Amino acid sequence: MTIAIDIIGRVDELSTPMLLPLAAGEVRAGFPSPADDYIERDLDLVGHLVQHPSATYYVRAKGDSMTHFGIYDGDLLIVDRALDARPGDILIVAVDGELTCKQLGMAKGCKALISGNAAYAPILLSGCDVTVWGVVTHNVHALRRGVGR
Amino acid sequence: MIALADCNAFYVSCEKVFRPDLEGRPVGVLTNNDGCVIARSPELKALGVAMGAPAHMLDPHIKRQCVLFSSNYALYGDMSRRVTAVYHQYTPDVSVYSIDESFLGFDGFPGEGLEDHCQAMRLQVRQETGIPISIGLSTSKTLAKIANHLAKKEAACEGVALLPPESDTTRRVLERLPVTEVWGVARRTGLRLADMGIHTAWQLREADPRQLRRLFSVVMERTVWELRGRDCIELDDTSEPKKQIMTSRSFGRLTGDRQELHEAIRHHASRGAEKLRKQQSLACALVVFVKTNPFRPELPQHHESLLLALPRPTDDSRLIVQAASRGLDRIHRAGVAYQKCGVMLTDLVDRTHEQLDILADQQSDAERERSERLMATLDKLNRELGAGTVKLGGGRENAAWHLRCAYRSPRYTTRWEELPVVKMR
Repeated sequence: MTIAIDIIGRVDELSTPMLLPLAAGEVRAGFPSPADDYIERDLDLVGHLVQHPSATYYVRAKGDSMTHFGIYDGDLLIVDRALDARPGDILIVAVDGELTCKQLGMAKGCKALISGNAAYAPILLSGCDVTVWGVVTHNVHALRRGVGR
Repeated sequence: MIALADCNAFYVSCEKVFRPDLEGRPVGVLTNNDGCVIARSPELKALGVAMGAPAHMLDPHIKRQCVLFSSNYALYGDMSRRVTAVYHQYTPDVSVYSIDESFLGFDGFPGEGLEDHCQAMRLQVRQETGIPISIGLSTSKTLAKIANHLAKKEAACEGVALLPPESDTTRRVLERLPVTEVWGVARRTGLRLADMGIHTAWQLREADPRQLRRLFSVVMERTVWELRGRDCIELDDTSEPKKQIMTSRSFGRLTGDRQELHEAIRHHASRGAEKLRKQQSLACALVVFVKTNPFRPELPQHHESLLLALPRPTDDSRLIVQAASRGLDRIHRAGVAYQKCGVMLTDLVDRTHEQLDILADQQSDAERERSERLMATLDKLNRELGAGTVKLGGGRENAAWHLRCAYRSPRYTTRWEELPVVKMR
């Protein structure tokens, strides 16, 4: 019995290996999964969340004044200083020499810093010494105890 | 056109970014063993606290009013990187000249509009990092430096000043500027210039360059050309005694070889340490940097500098070479061909000051004496038998040393457990 061997080419030792996605489509006889047609890149969460790396800072929330907006004690906030504050944004602001977190909104017909907790009164912006430090773009809130937060 | 961009009171400004309550207060930063003052806010300057003043000798009355920090090099290094990242959005040609100063090349940019371009950059740095900067523009580094000084001093400039080499403004500025305040003119040289009737920067500009070359050096000749607006000073070997020592060089060809880079960095670090000993200073920190050729955009680009605290204010080649090599390991990227690398020794303090500070003395006398003898022998051999006769190889880390930094602020941007805390109230 003989085996026919065709030379189809040399092995390319120089090309860089191609990274395959971790989760390829399930192999199913007869029906090729549409997912097999794409070679996916790894998802980079930081790249997805951080638009301006050199202007982005992480800060730790402490206290209960923003719970209505879903920001709880111990949460990790992603702050982008490259963004200009727009109404409705959650901001880090310096009020009386201290960094705090508020929403830019309206109160009594005037631009104001709003808390996410009725126990804290809005701060009206007219005639008040407030500096915007940065715009909060995301909140990383850990749901399981003991995981990094 | 060349711009010199300089961060105002950089270390203090870094501290203020995360502590808005410090605005308007006298703030100072101390060397990494809490020995001497190495950075001051304008308010601290106004109280008469000198650069390099030993912390334990400050008037208790002043000490009560001001806020003093131990140096937080992790924070300063990170903020410096952020500032430089903004510069790179405005020009590919960025040369880091010190931890808080960069020369930016604007070749090929239209002359008009450059001031606006720089103003936009200044505002972006302020917004994204919180650091205030000043920018001086001209056609040579020396004039850019003078323009920068103007930008910082004159409120009307709003942080950006342009000095075209041939203009009445430039003439007026140079006529008022004492010659010893020109970049690279030392005080002693100033005395000799005064004997020749040269007192102001303008008089130096009008002097005969060839004569000055004969009487002083080629450096002095270059300074004259620079004052006339011709860019001819290389940054590789420019040192400002008492401020920083820079040793760097471009490679003859681009190289990505790790061994070759390490050799170059060891060489630069050793030479820097030698200069440090010659001028009787100690360095508290150093900057290691690598950069690719910005004029070869088709090749992978990488520019990075890293600020490292030395274990103590030191002039010991071994510590300096070790730190520089460790720094290179952290920033070197495999597969990238570099054009240039260098080491800058920074935050220099007077040797005598540092030794007066008994509290700082954690190094035993015996060890210090031994190190001094070794370094003196090293310098002597290299002097007498030719530079590089005795070189240092890699060394081991001295883990026994513990840094004293009682007042260090949190490393806000580089440690998860030290992030800025924002009160929800």
